[in-house]
Amino acid sequence: MLYREAGQFKTNYVDDQAVFPIRQDRIGIAVILAVAFVGIPLFGSDFFISAVMVPLLVFSLAAIGLNILTGYTGLLSLGTGGFMGVGAFACYKLTTIFPDVNIIIWILVSGFFSCGIGILFGLPSLRIKGFYLAVATLSAQFFLDWAFVRIPWLVNNNTSGAIEVPSRYLFGMPITGPMAQPEVRYLVVLSIVALLTLIASNLVHGRIGRSWMAVRDMDLAAELIGIRLYRTKLLAFAVSSYYCGVAGALMVFLWYGSAEPAVFGIDQSFFILFMVIIGGLGSLVGSFFGAALIYGMPIILKAIVGLVGLQISPATVEHLTFMAVGGLIILFLIIEPAGLARLWQVGKQKLRVWPFPY
Amino acid sequence: MRAPDDSLKTRIGDVLLAVEDVSLAFGGVKAINGVSFDIRQGEIRAIIGPNGAGKTSMLNVINGFYHPQQGRITFKGKTRSRMRPHEAASGGIARTFQNVALFRGMSALDNIMAGRTLKMNVNFFWQMFRRGPAMREEIEHRRFVEEIIDFLKIQDIRRTPVGRLPYGLQKRVELGRALAMEPELLLLDEPMAGMNLEEKEDMSRYILDVNEYYGTTIALIEHDMGVVMDLSDRVVVLDHGEKIADGTPDEVKRNQAVIDAYLGVAH
Amino acid sequence: MDILYKIFIDPFMQMGGAPDLLVQTLWEGLVAGMLYALIALGFVLIFKASGVFNFAQGIMVVFAALTLVGVYDLLRGAGVPSGWLAAYLALAIALGVMGILAFAVERVVLRPLVNQPDIILFMATFGLTYFLIGFGEFVFGGNPKRMIAGELNLPSGAVEFKMAGGFVAMQKIDIAAVLIVSVMVAGLSFFFQRTRIGRALRAVADSHKAALSVGISLEQIWVVVWFAAGIVALTTGIMWGARSEVSFSLQIIALKALPVLILGGFTSIPGAIVGGLIIGIGEKLGEFYWGPLLGSGIESWLAYFIALLFLLFRPQGLFGEKIIERI
Repeated sequence: MLYREAGQFKTNYVDDQAVFPIRQDRIGIAVILAVAFVGIPLFGSDFFISAVMVPLLVFSLAAIGLNILTGYTGLLSLGTGGFMGVGAFACYKLTTIFPDVNIIIWILVSGFFSCGIGILFGLPSLRIKGFYLAVATLSAQFFLDWAFVRIPWLVNNNTSGAIEVPSRYLFGMPITGPMAQPEVRYLVVLSIVALLTLIASNLVHGRIGRSWMAVRDMDLAAELIGIRLYRTKLLAFAVSSYYCGVAGALMVFLWYGSAEPAVFGIDQSFFILFMVIIGGLGSLVGSFFGAALIYGMPIILKAIVGLVGLQISPATVEHLTFMAVGGLIILFLIIEPAGLARLWQVGKQKLRVWPFPY
Repeated sequence: MRAPDDSLKTRIGDVLLAVEDVSLAFGGVKAINGVSFDIRQGEIRAIIGPNGAGKTSMLNVINGFYHPQQGRITFKGKTRSRMRPHEAASGGIARTFQNVALFRGMSALDNIMAGRTLKMNVNFFWQMFRRGPAMREEIEHRRFVEEIIDFLKIQDIRRTPVGRLPYGLQKRVELGRALAMEPELLLLDEPMAGMNLEEKEDMSRYILDVNEYYGTTIALIEHDMGVVMDLSDRVVVLDHGEKIADGTPDEVKRNQAVIDAYLGVAH
Repeated sequence: MDILYKIFIDPFMQMGGAPDLLVQTLWEGLVAGMLYALIALGFVLIFKASGVFNFAQGIMVVFAALTLVGVYDLLRGAGVPSGWLAAYLALAIALGVMGILAFAVERVVLRPLVNQPDIILFMATFGLTYFLIGFGEFVFGGNPKRMIAGELNLPSGAVEFKMAGGFVAMQKIDIAAVLIVSVMVAGLSFFFQRTRIGRALRAVADSHKAALSVGISLEQIWVVVWFAAGIVALTTGIMWGARSEVSFSLQIIALKALPVLILGGFTSIPGAIVGGLIIGIGEKLGEFYWGPLLGSGIESWLAYFIALLFLLFRPQGLFGEKIIERI
């Protein structure tokens, strides 16, 4: 009964073009933001904040990035891990070369490096499509993997070959490095993710988003109504890899604390792709759902195993997770190719007309 | 039925687009062979012919999707050996397709809004914030698009993803998308295929209205002879990639080559 | 100028200076290429017959090999004396498992997804990949295993040929691999071009709907073709396992079949072979002669770059048909 739009009439196009035209949705978003910004830092345990919420936000951001490319523009990419790595390494280099500039600025700037690399590897998309393009992005993935390992300059010639995150401060509070409090890291991540999600939402709801989806749905027709295919595709690559780059930088600086190049391997790319598929191709809110499900499943599985008191080795849990993820992907593609986001929409639709569906 | 006498002279102006001696082949198969004809400002020009006559290929050449091996295309006084899709679109050529080519995942409104892409130019920066100029532009074009929606009477399906619409409505949305481009030349590929009588009448009405109110030049491919003869000012007939007749509907109707092509000749 | 010399002159000087090393490198490229080609062949089979780009082919190779070795261990545990009897019994059971897999994939994955866009089916094979990794490790454990090549009467050891002013060593198992691949390719080509089922398979690839409407049973065709791909996978697994060991790290190498496919085209059996050879030889030569310039290890991405370069000039692959886009 609460979820009704009756009586909410739009008298101008500004309101009608809003992202959330229904008042209850706007209230819902406000509540979620309030919980995320105030409730969780106040009441969440350290474990919950640093091992559940921070990773979830980071993965959501990466999933939004990939979703822009794959879900909105229809260009399949298997190079997400590599692009995330570019962001992380760029951020590391920047903050060690210019330690006085605020780390948050470098995190946001590092995305531009991965943006550049993304455009470079997106160039073949002008000539090739579909599976072929997927292979082209694989070349990015493997080349970047190789570069991260083989160029010691990227990690300032560390003997460990890994990024060691230095301590950096904001208003005198440590936000990266071992001294940073989970709540502080969480709030930084949350702010960046919220800002970038808002921007992504603005982009996909306007001319640019329509061009992306037009290219995805029927590129030839898009070309004939005057959409420049190569500009549109390259823009999608650029924006997508920017998001992935920032996600990579956040992952290393505000979550892991240190990272070996292996973190940015092909497995990471698949992981994020699965989030996008399960969450829903072409849906921002789906990216959050997908990240929650794929990242949350092993945690929940482990918790269940612990609760039941079964003697199962961590390795077995991991195997089971693999099986579950694989099975879920197939299941989702069969029952709802549009992913969790569509289920969410269907649910909302039902709620809207409840209790009289006809 | 349109009175063919005086309105012709007032409505129809100079040559808007001319194709000269165009030939197109796929591998060894000749789709179009040395075809020339022109389309005048403000007229409704029909392209007819049996299946496989090269009609759709002709439209594809006109808006730059296919590259002819030979021939020239003159559009608005500029002659070139082939059109580029983007050139055609920004020059004011819009198009609907034989098999509806809508963006299936998008709503009817978004599809038609996408047709405004070329007219929108607020930069990336403002798009990121969806405020100021970006929002103003969006609203301005939304207003234009709403006029088209009213004109085509599809207000109730604005928010429906087009993949879920019935065929007749999809065709209408597609016409709307083409109109959103404010084209000077509108190419319609079988706008009435698969429609029932009522839908055909509606569509005919829209085509005449577009031509009359917006002054848009229209080239259409259609199989329904009744429709073609009623709507069009001039008809060009293709058969096996060659032009076999060109003239007013009455002239074409009496042309022996056309009758042969449609009914077959005794060999 | 020094760098230009190192790129354009020095490697060829080395080749000329030690032709036996060149022959050795070429041979290793050939063998690696053959194995890439074998995986690619599995892709091609399924793509030709169902239009599905089966990402799981690489995993099927590992899974098949793992099943073979795992079952062999189980049999020995159950009291069957080790040796050829247990090995061949395990081989038969592994074949059976691949058959069951084909059947299950058709039932669970493909049948509910008939007529979905290609990309959806492609992604479903991602799911299959992950499922098989988890399942394989769950049943047989994640440790690398030794392939039972000797027990299957595959030759081992090396032969040395005196040629090109030096010695070239060839593993006998590699020679056997090359022979087996050749026979298999010939057989499959014949099957596709000349038999009734082969033609039906090609029909299905063109259009699911059209094939159904002329009375071709999609279910049967898919089971047959996935089983065939399973057999190819098992063969590949044995050959590959005999060269290194059986573990899931093979899947990264299996991805190299993708550039092979791009070179050869998704539907061409000869293309898979030629593409495999180009990639195999190209990457071994590149690694051996040009790799040191970049700090080696370029093998991991060189194949993809070769394919990428190639794509820019010939998007439909070496043997693929030129696509005419219609609207």
